[in-house]
Amino acid sequence: MIKVENVYKWFGSKLAVEDVSFEVSRGEILGFIGPNGAGKSTTMRIITGFIPASKGKVSVGGFDIDNEPVKAKSLMGYLPENAPLYANMTVYGFLNFAAEIRGFHGAAKKKKIEGAISTCFLDPVRHQSVDTLSKGYRHRTCLAQSIIHDPEVLILDEPTDGLDPNQKREIRNLIKSMSRNKVIILSTHILEEVEAVCSRVLIIDRGRKIFDGTSSEMKMKSENAGALTLEFSGGSAAEIAERLRLVDGVAGSEAGDSSNENVTVKVTPSKQADRCEVRRKIYEVVKNQGWNLSQMKVEEGRLDEVFYAMTKNDAA
Amino acid sequence: MGLSNIAAIVKRELYGYFNSPVAYVFIVIFLGLTGFFTFMMSNFFEMDEASLSGFFQWHPWLYLFLVPAAGMHLWSDERRLGTLELLFTMPVTCSQAIVGKFTAAWLFLGLALLLTFPIVMTVAYLGNPDYGVIVCGYVGSFLLAGSYLAIAGMTSAITRSQVVSFIISVVICLFLILAGWPPVTDMLVNWAPAELVDAVSAFSVMPHFANIQRGVFDLRDIVYFASVIVFSLFTTGIILKNHAAG
Repeated sequence: MIKVENVYKWFGSKLAVEDVSFEVSRGEILGFIGPNGAGKSTTMRIITGFIPASKGKVSVGGFDIDNEPVKAKSLMGYLPENAPLYANMTVYGFLNFAAEIRGFHGAAKKKKIEGAISTCFLDPVRHQSVDTLSKGYRHRTCLAQSIIHDPEVLILDEPTDGLDPNQKREIRNLIKSMSRNKVIILSTHILEEVEAVCSRVLIIDRGRKIFDGTSSEMKMKSENAGALTLEFSGGSAAEIAERLRLVDGVAGSEAGDSSNENVTVKVTPSKQADRCEVRRKIYEVVKNQGWNLSQMKVEEGRLDEVFYAMTKNDAA
Repeated sequence: MGLSNIAAIVKRELYGYFNSPVAYVFIVIFLGLTGFFTFMMSNFFEMDEASLSGFFQWHPWLYLFLVPAAGMHLWSDERRLGTLELLFTMPVTCSQAIVGKFTAAWLFLGLALLLTFPIVMTVAYLGNPDYGVIVCGYVGSFLLAGSYLAIAGMTSAITRSQVVSFIISVVICLFLILAGWPPVTDMLVNWAPAELVDAVSAFSVMPHFANIQRGVFDLRDIVYFASVIVFSLFTTGIILKNHAAG
């Protein structure tokens, strides 16, 4: 549905986007994450046709954004960063304009406007001037214009930015409910949002794509991924750790904090080992030794750790 | 499709104008000033002539300040509010957007001009004016306003600041008024070839405006105004695309 091929973008002598390529199909929700200034918004602006790419091709629904911009744009709904809105209009007036530009007139237009108002919970403010709206309502109004024509492609730049937790939840649920037969690309700084909403993650750092996969795959890249935290009631942590270190496939094992009767041991499998196998072997040992295992937690890896590891050079 | 896009943009712009006090203030000031200049400065009653020449003769100078004020927000607002990013990601072409916004502003000025009809009624009541000349006068004034407006729109695309846009467009429009004026041509006459001096003088708006005021519809005058408008709108497009391209 969306094809981005070897896109470059220079602003003067600054290379903002470098050789970015990816494809997104219907039903996918792609999350863009990356440090500030990495090129996420620029990439989105290139896809939506606001900025032309310096090099490379972008096609939406089969239409090239440079050669057939109007056709491509008619398939897309876009929520820009900061949710811009025209001043001196009511919410209804603004959505009326959006609907007309999308080619709706008369009764069909009214239906679309009402649909967008109800989907985005804008009923309380439909006749309020856009200038006096709160941040949450501004965002939702801008979101409403992006979905009013039920586009096949939705590009959302930080859709939950500055919203309160309840509003964030609403928007995320809305996005998820719309994703079934659409392509959605959203950018965010909130890693938990990526996990909650996105089926795929793209990390952009300094203009380059450095990761493309699911959030589970991203978590597996963590140093801690696959680590086991075992809790025993009773026993000596050091002894248990010592014994477990000998298990085939275990890279390291150390005693953790112990409180009351609970003894914690952290076991890290080696990178090449089959984690299921290692877990099974550890369980065997625990059973044979007769230790009282009360809890076994598998560390999935944390997104923010992986994110930091992948992008930390940028902090300089 | 293209026309309906332009219509949607025109509607939105006009809706925005009339939802803000600025439009009404502008119209009142415009009517106040034209009235003042016509009746006070032109000695309308003393002249004892059933014509509106005393009304129209001020328009190039009144428009010099009023039209850039009306046009300075055209594109600078879009950039400042960030709505340019909305507009240019919608299925409209750059040309449709430029034509739409210009047309809306021009219609607004046209409305302000139309609201001066009491002056026509005054002169019709007091005497027997040549209505053909009056109609010509209004058309010429409307074209003049359009020319200044197109320039103001162009300068507003250059900058985010309305003030800078205003100043630059006033300067350009001033040049267009004064181009044939001796103090301006004197700067060139000593070193430039005669053709260049003539070419620069030809830029001036005044002879064309004066012609139409006389009741003469010369194609050359229409072409002049149309060229200024088309050139400015075209340049606006180039400026906007350049900004996006970085």
